[in-house]
Amino acid sequence: MPVIEAISLALLAAGLAFFIAGTAALVRFPDLYCRLHAVTKADNVGLGLTLFALALRADSALDVVKLGLIWVTVLIASASVCYLIANEAHRRGVRPWTRTRT
Amino acid sequence: MSAALFDALLVLTIVALAWRALADPDLFRAVIRFIAMGLMMAVAWIRLQAPDVALAEAAVGSALTGALVLSGLARMKGSRAARRDCSGAATFALGLLALVLLAVVGAAALSLPAPGGLTAEALGALPRSGVTNPVTAALLNYRGYDTLLEVAVLLLAVIAVWSLDVAWTGGADLERSPMLAMLLRLVLPILVVAAGYLLWIGAFAPGGAFQGGALLAGGGVLALLGGLGKRLARHERALRAGLAAGLLVFAGVAGGTLGVTGELVGYPEASAKWWILLIESAALVSIGLTLASLYLGGRPGGLDAATGSGNPESTAHD
Amino acid sequence: MSAVFLPAAFVLLLALVIGLALVMRAPARGDSLLVALLAATTGVAIILLLGEALGVRHAIDAALVFGLLAAVLGVAFVVRGWPPDERGHAEEERCR
Repeated sequence: MPVIEAISLALLAAGLAFFIAGTAALVRFPDLYCRLHAVTKADNVGLGLTLFALALRADSALDVVKLGLIWVTVLIASASVCYLIANEAHRRGVRPWTRTRT
Repeated sequence: MSAALFDALLVLTIVALAWRALADPDLFRAVIRFIAMGLMMAVAWIRLQAPDVALAEAAVGSALTGALVLSGLARMKGSRAARRDCSGAATFALGLLALVLLAVVGAAALSLPAPGGLTAEALGALPRSGVTNPVTAALLNYRGYDTLLEVAVLLLAVIAVWSLDVAWTGGADLERSPMLAMLLRLVLPILVVAAGYLLWIGAFAPGGAFQGGALLAGGGVLALLGGLGKRLARHERALRAGLAAGLLVFAGVAGGTLGVTGELVGYPEASAKWWILLIESAALVSIGLTLASLYLGGRPGGLDAATGSGNPESTAHD
Repeated sequence: MSAVFLPAAFVLLLALVIGLALVMRAPARGDSLLVALLAATTGVAIILLLGEALGVRHAIDAALVFGLLAAVLGVAFVVRGWPPDERGHAEEERCR
């Protein structure tokens, strides 16, 4: 069905855009905490959109379930690891970037 | 055209990561590059349409090995490698030698006969092997003896590591890290179920005891990081039993078949499927425990169970 | 339609490689782990796209294993693998 294919294509394009944005943010953001946002949020949205695009083309219901499980797992992992890294960094005294510090 | 472009980028990335991993005097960054290289290798295996190997590479080659090396690095005092000064001439000669070696190996690889040597026979015997995944059939039936020895080698590895040091007893305090506790509570069940799933479908799809065992080991590593090591002394017997179970079951079945069909690892055709499943189940547990024990870093027996200190002198148990 | 997946995977790989190259130049330790996390998330997507493009069945399982063990790696880093910063004082970041 071309409609589903078109939707899938659009989702894939959006997913790629988020991935590129997340990677660019990782490079350009000024400190660890901001970069954590980039990696764990933007990339996850990109992944989710990509998974959705693939799910529309999946061969079986089991595949769709697995794709959903991948996304849930990555979400849980990213959110927790993001917090753990930020907490540990804060504990070690990494100071957030402020505009006056340039 | 696009495939060639992708391949070129992938190969360049892997080689660049490998080179920088070796050349960087900052060992921590080198380890991170090593992990990234392992991930890219898994992508390469998918590109080569070998999901079995990609599964194993992603699980063991990058994640578990990466965690292992990171933990080793954390125990070292400094994390900068000593920089060795090579004279320019020596470096040039070595580089030239490496290029020559690469050319020789490349020529040899390119001149290999086209694949198909035993493929026809292997696929033809598949219905009699008890499984429908040719990789599993090769590992556990056609070449079962090799796998038996590999399981033995894994056990030897644990013995070697355990003879070197006592276990690490650190780990986060879950009472004070609710986020980590939540992560463990959510991810550990998924890991266990996925491990069982990989074991089951290994008979007819990419998967099997090794990949499943690697997932179990990941769960074990998570549990250790959550502080399980402190309570390990009470379960030492079970741990040792689990470690040996894979080898014992495999060797037992292999020896048993010697009596029944006259061949080592020669299952009777009617029940081959169940013997393979039995061996893989035991191997799953063993491999998971083995890899997690490597992460544990040492024998649990030397722990002072009361205080959890790793002092080998104090062997007082509760 | 399926011809779009391989270029998509290429684009992702390119983004990842550029990100890897640029971030790894920074001396800060925490950033290096972010690179590994980025590689893991992007790697999951690349594996799935490749699987779709090449018709590799069960690439999904590989991606699932990827994601799960990326979680393990992240925790392993934070709890037992994060060496102290070399300079001995707080990492200062400057806007690039």
